[in-house]
Amino acid sequence: MLEETLKRIQAHKGVIGTIVVNAEGIPIRTTLDSSTTVQYAGLLHQLTMKARSTVRDIDPQNDLTFLRIRSKKHEIMVAPDKEYLLIVIQNPSE
Amino acid sequence: SCPKQKQHPEQKRKNAPGPAFLSHLPVTGHPDYIFPLVLTSATQELFCCRADVDVTGDEPHKLLRKEDILRDMKNRAAVSDFSPLKQAVLDYPEEELLLVFDQDFTYGQSFYLVLTAGAKEDILRPPPGMEEEEEEGDELLEVQKTPEPKPWLSLGSEREIQEESVTDTRPRVYKVSRVRRQFGAPVCFWDHSAGAMRGSYVECPSYQDKSFSLWRMEKENSVQAIPNTKSSSSQTLWKYPRNMCTQYEPRELEDEEKERLLQSADLKNFLNSVSARFELAIQQNEIMDVFLDDWRALGDEENVLGGKVDTHLKEYQSFTHTHYSTNKTISCLSWHPTVNGVIAVAVTENLSFEERINNSTRLLLNPSLILFWSFSDPINPQLLLECPDDIFCFEFCPSNPNIIAGGCMNGQVALWDISAHVDRLQGARGGGAARTSNADDTRDIAPPTVRYCAVSGVESGHRAPITDIQWLPETFEVSRTGTPLENKTLISVQIVTCAPDCCVMFWDLRAPRTVVNALTDTKPKPEEKTVENPYGVPSTFKHLDLTWKPLFRVHTHTHFSHSHSPSPTPPDKSVTVGDRPEPPDYGQLHLPSAKHQRQTDDISTKFYVGTEDGEVVYTDWKLEKDNDSGQLFSPKPTHCFRVHDCLVNTVSRSPFYLDIILTVGGWNFAIWKEGVMTGPLVLSACSQKRCSAGAWSLTRPGVMYIGKEDGNLEVWDLLEKTHEPSQIQSVTTFPITCIKPWTVSLKQQLLAVSDHQGTLHILQVPWMLRHPAANELSVSRYFEKEVEHLVYFEKRTEMREREKKQVEAEEQRRRMVRSSFSWWASLLDNICPKNICAGRN
Repeated sequence: MLEETLKRIQAHKGVIGTIVVNAEGIPIRTTLDSSTTVQYAGLLHQLTMKARSTVRDIDPQNDLTFLRIRSKKHEIMVAPDKEYLLIVIQNPSE
Repeated sequence: SCPKQKQHPEQKRKNAPGPAFLSHLPVTGHPDYIFPLVLTSATQELFCCRADVDVTGDEPHKLLRKEDILRDMKNRAAVSDFSPLKQAVLDYPEEELLLVFDQDFTYGQSFYLVLTAGAKEDILRPPPGMEEEEEEGDELLEVQKTPEPKPWLSLGSEREIQEESVTDTRPRVYKVSRVRRQFGAPVCFWDHSAGAMRGSYVECPSYQDKSFSLWRMEKENSVQAIPNTKSSSSQTLWKYPRNMCTQYEPRELEDEEKERLLQSADLKNFLNSVSARFELAIQQNEIMDVFLDDWRALGDEENVLGGKVDTHLKEYQSFTHTHYSTNKTISCLSWHPTVNGVIAVAVTENLSFEERINNSTRLLLNPSLILFWSFSDPINPQLLLECPDDIFCFEFCPSNPNIIAGGCMNGQVALWDISAHVDRLQGARGGGAARTSNADDTRDIAPPTVRYCAVSGVESGHRAPITDIQWLPETFEVSRTGTPLENKTLISVQIVTCAPDCCVMFWDLRAPRTVVNALTDTKPKPEEKTVENPYGVPSTFKHLDLTWKPLFRVHTHTHFSHSHSPSPTPPDKSVTVGDRPEPPDYGQLHLPSAKHQRQTDDISTKFYVGTEDGEVVYTDWKLEKDNDSGQLFSPKPTHCFRVHDCLVNTVSRSPFYLDIILTVGGWNFAIWKEGVMTGPLVLSACSQKRCSAGAWSLTRPGVMYIGKEDGNLEVWDLLEKTHEPSQIQSVTTFPITCIKPWTVSLKQQLLAVSDHQGTLHILQVPWMLRHPAANELSVSRYFEKEVEHLVYFEKRTEMREREKKQVEAEEQRRRMVRSSFSWWASLLDNICPKNICAGRN
């Protein structure tokens, strides 16, 4: 079940990689090479924490559900949770 | 002198002048106060007046005491020398008598005594007047009067003396004395209070004297305001910077931990809840890229704001020389490969064959030239190369741009070496500012002329004017039989030439093997040294001069007019251009034995040649061996296309595609693909004027420039239209003879166009024509489409043939059927007349 979900996401057109990260920023499962994974995990974990704290500062009843970062080359999508983090990188122009 | 002994006063005389006056008296006579006497040596010793010892000529005076003389007289009575003077000595008033040593015997004796005090004084202290007279010598005065003593005349000197002297002006007031025994004794001091005894001191305090007080009523003062400053300091603990480093590595989970987490339900729930959002987002991206700026992606990068797009070729510069290039035509031009802004043109006479023969003597005197123009000087060429005859084509060596090879009209190949003048070319390019300083002297000097340093043998060369010359690329070389071999030296050493005498010749720059064996390599022979070098020609190719033979020749039966370089190396064999070796001494290079060289099989030995009659011939240059006679002969050309109506003047490979070739000749041009032998890919329509030159664009694969007979330059863009040129521009009024583009920099591309009247035009290529469009690579697709079209065309021809045959067969059959049917019909007619058919009713 877990595998199928991840596989389904990975199979979309233009998806470069998928990373599952735990609450401390340590990657659990990835489809990229380890150095890239570690870099993405560490940086995006910190960014997600920051974004979440921003949202909650503005309205404490609110919470961050989804974070999309669009860059020139890719789009990075991050979905946070209490314990985990799912990161997907997609190239939209293909 | 010892003062003890004195002379008797008796000996002294009365007042008399000094001895100077006495010198004029007769020798025997003497004044009264002088008494000459003789002193015995005993007396002399007694009185310390020994002659020449105590008293000398310089110091003749001696003072003797009266008592001594008297005593001596008492002691020795009659024996004493002073005895006759007893009375005079006794009468002498003073204590001392003067004895004078008379060296010159003026008074007859060696001594004389002065008897009077006055005379003594005079002698001892002669007055100044007498001194001067003394110094003048004896010859002076005859008669001298004895000077009378005069009263002293005071001239004020005693006042000065009195002033100078220190005397008491008043009696001494205080006298302090001390007991003698206290001198030097230690002193004891004690304190004494000043206020205790009023009278022990006298005070002299200062007071304000009113007469001397001055009050300053006005005073200038300046004031400056400064910001508030506050100084403070604190003592800090100084820590010096230290290098620190931390080594870290990312945290990773153990594999078991990962497995455990992956199996956990939490993760599953999380993924299930989150995946929907992801699907949404990813699908959004797949549908459309919302951030793509369509407007920006639509147009090209050009920054033309409104107005017409500029595709006009602007005239950049034009070169012509009144002396060298009037009434002549430029037959070939070439950009210098390394020096920027230098271009070389070959200038030839504009005469027909008959005219040449008629004017041959004049032509011999004016040698043909290759001119080197530089952008910095449009009036004077920088360098002139002297040619043995009119040059129709020349090329720079790709590995050593100082070597130039050219093909002459009489079939010879000439070589030039301009290494000595490269500085001039480079200096000429390097800025006009430096040149203006000494502009006067450089302009007046004629450009240097370099003679060709080697020329091929007349009999061994071509028999017709050489129309094209190409250097083989430095990646391979060719053996005597035409087999391509690996070139270990990585420099271009071989040249291909073609001429209308049906020959393509391969030449090698190195000394042939047999010649080398005869000569010694290391030291030159003495005969060579005596060979003069009257033209100052560099001896780079001395070994080839006049003995140069081609390596081998390819002989076919068609008259060649142009050829092109053989295909370059396939891309997997990359040549490092960076560390090109130093241009070698060509005299030292030898043709290697063919055995030692590796054969390269991936070089194609086929090439295209254009002919005088307008054919394009595709042939192989490798010589084949005839099995019967064992001789080497050239194979027959594989394909021969008759496309152009006139002489083919350009055969050129596209700089982008290795197998696309452009040929220009007659009234049209054609594009060929190597390997497709059915025909040209593109054949342009015949234009009204002849095409006289053609060239590919260096940056756009689908653009080419065609020069026309009426001086127009046509720009053909295959992506735009193929039935007519996209642009026509008039460059000159004379036929264009050669076109060569050149990329100067990223922003500038120049096109060199030469015309029939000797002028070289440099045009600047506008942005539109040099910047490749976004879909420029579709030119290759266009060519492929054309190939397919040709293939289809061929197939269709076959199909048509077959169809035609079928139709004919059908027709035949039908004809046969019809003919037989008509026969039956006529037979029936005869047997069964019409009434039978009509008898029915």
